[in-house]
Amino acid sequence: MTVPIIALRGVNKSFGPIDVLHDISLEVKAGEVLCLLGDNGAGKSTLIRLLSGVHQPTTGTIEMDGKPVSFPSPRAASDNGIATVHQFGGTFPLMSIGRSFFIGVEPTKGWGPFKIYDRKRANAVAVKAVQDFGITRIDDGDRLVGGLSGGERQSLAIARAVHFGARVLILDEPTAALGVKQATHVLRIVNEAKRRGLAVVFITHQVMHAMAVGDHFAVLIRGAVAADFKKGEKSREEITDLMAGGASMASLEAEIEGYMASHDGHPPPPAH
Amino acid sequence: MSSITIGGLLRRPEAGAALGLVAVLIFFAIFGGLTFLKPAGMSSWLNVAANLGVIAIPLGLLMIAGELDISVGAMVPFGAMTVSVISGHYGLPIWVGVAAALGFGVIVGLVNGILVVKTAVPSLIVTLGSLFAVQGIVLGLTVLITKSTSVALTVEGPAKAIFGDFVLGGQMQVMVIWWLALTALYIFFVHFSPFGNWIFAMGGDKVSARNAGIPTDRLTIVLFILSATSAAFVGMCQAILYNSAQVAGGQSFIFNSIIAVVVGGVLLTGGFGSVVGIFFGTITFAIVTQGIYYTDFDRNWSSLIIGVLLLGAVLMNNTFRKMALSYTPKKGARA
Ligand SMILES: Nc1ncnc2c1ncn2[C@@H]1O[C@H](COP(=O)(O)OP(=O)(O)O)[C@@H](O)[C@H]1O
Ligand SMILES: [Mg+2]
Repeated sequence: MTVPIIALRGVNKSFGPIDVLHDISLEVKAGEVLCLLGDNGAGKSTLIRLLSGVHQPTTGTIEMDGKPVSFPSPRAASDNGIATVHQFGGTFPLMSIGRSFFIGVEPTKGWGPFKIYDRKRANAVAVKAVQDFGITRIDDGDRLVGGLSGGERQSLAIARAVHFGARVLILDEPTAALGVKQATHVLRIVNEAKRRGLAVVFITHQVMHAMAVGDHFAVLIRGAVAADFKKGEKSREEITDLMAGGASMASLEAEIEGYMASHDGHPPPPAH
Repeated sequence: MSSITIGGLLRRPEAGAALGLVAVLIFFAIFGGLTFLKPAGMSSWLNVAANLGVIAIPLGLLMIAGELDISVGAMVPFGAMTVSVISGHYGLPIWVGVAAALGFGVIVGLVNGILVVKTAVPSLIVTLGSLFAVQGIVLGLTVLITKSTSVALTVEGPAKAIFGDFVLGGQMQVMVIWWLALTALYIFFVHFSPFGNWIFAMGGDKVSARNAGIPTDRLTIVLFILSATSAAFVGMCQAILYNSAQVAGGQSFIFNSIIAVVVGGVLLTGGFGSVVGIFFGTITFAIVTQGIYYTDFDRNWSSLIIGVLLLGAVLMNNTFRKMALSYTPKKGARA
């Protein structure tokens, strides 16, 4: 049994009188993607904010490599190798790819007080890092981040995290605002991160996206883990059903399929 | 380095400012002749540009970082009055007056910076407060100490030559040399040293910048110290130059430096701009205010030109910024 890179053990989170998360226990191993599923307001974002140091658990512990840790700040979490990529990826739209890649750790050349920012090297490293993830369209490090497509921006942010040694990658609905093609890009990059041995926590609303990359699925309903299962243990219908929080979805689909079977493959007219 | 192209130049933050400068030059060359480009004419607008530019660049850096400092309007008379009271009224050595003027600049900047960082109050409000507070201190203390609202100061020797004299035949202020030297220094720090990146990152997204390890609080405080001290420096030099200081005056620096910065291509919401752009914006502003004297227009029209210029520059800068954002290198251009 390998020790998971990151794990939650009996975590609860309340904001004052509001209990948002109840007794959450989850773990992610190296090279594994955990998909967090659940309806709006289920507590997914809150859960990952605990992992990325934005909030702290009210009770319960977070473990890394089997040892309890605490992240008093986002900085503390990122120092421990936890990288969070938000929906819109790069946060500095008016900076160049090279400069934004190296924020805070700018490469320099020269000596003493005359050290200057090494634009060429920054651009080359940044471009290579994204290209290694399969995004070959990015080839000019002077381009502004804001000029990239949503998928490219996500990819840049993920490549940056991996380049700087992230071990845990947290993605909050990275594909929500993307078209089909862009989303495919991001999913491919998630797979590449997984191949490189990162532990990935992936939040999504789209069951198809989850099935494309997930090894392990956890469904949150009103702040509790309602289901926790591995790839192949449940069908797409069952997952969709769980996400909707009841039997309604699956029975609706079954109804439609039944209708189609008895009507030469035609779907029923939409309900009013 | 990639080769220089027209498109590449237009995508730079100073593109709008450079075009604005050219437009203004052409305008005044047509209506006023080339006198303002001859040495005597040049020093008139260079003097204006220098005094404004020394304040506009640190103010512009604050704006790139997403902050604003309007207390510079009070720091100019504060610097002037400090050196005049200490070295003129009390007759202490000029270097004591210089140190005190700059020292007060550092203190006010520090207070501004700490208040902005520690409270959630926008810097416009914080520095509006310190603008009035410092104006009150200058007026109150000056009248209390000297029983007057203007104080004489006579400086000779090296301090006069360094801070407040005329050079090159007696028309151009030594401030022009300070301005050029400081501009070069700022260009190095903002665009070549690794620290410049931090200012842009802070203006782009402060929280992410902090999470990336940038000491955003310390950097903010340093920038406020820089702008307040620069304004005190300009006031101090003017007092040494003109041999006196008044309690009033200086407020014009607030709007004038913001105009220079915005015409210079700095994005009001932060994250975008350049020192060279602010430099061009400052020159453009100075030429409009001084060039009008070489034309047949009444000087009152210069405000209209500046207003139009400001709006034109903002629109142009928006366009160029969009161009920079949507720029995609041509397919197959990779080498
Ligand atoms: N800082 C907070 N203070 C109070 N309630 C919060 C806070 N953050 C989230 N919540 C509540 O927690 C619940 C879960 O929110 P969230 O984690 O954003 O859900 P999801 O990401 O699954 O849509 C919501 O009911 C929300 O109102
Ligand atoms: Mg959410």
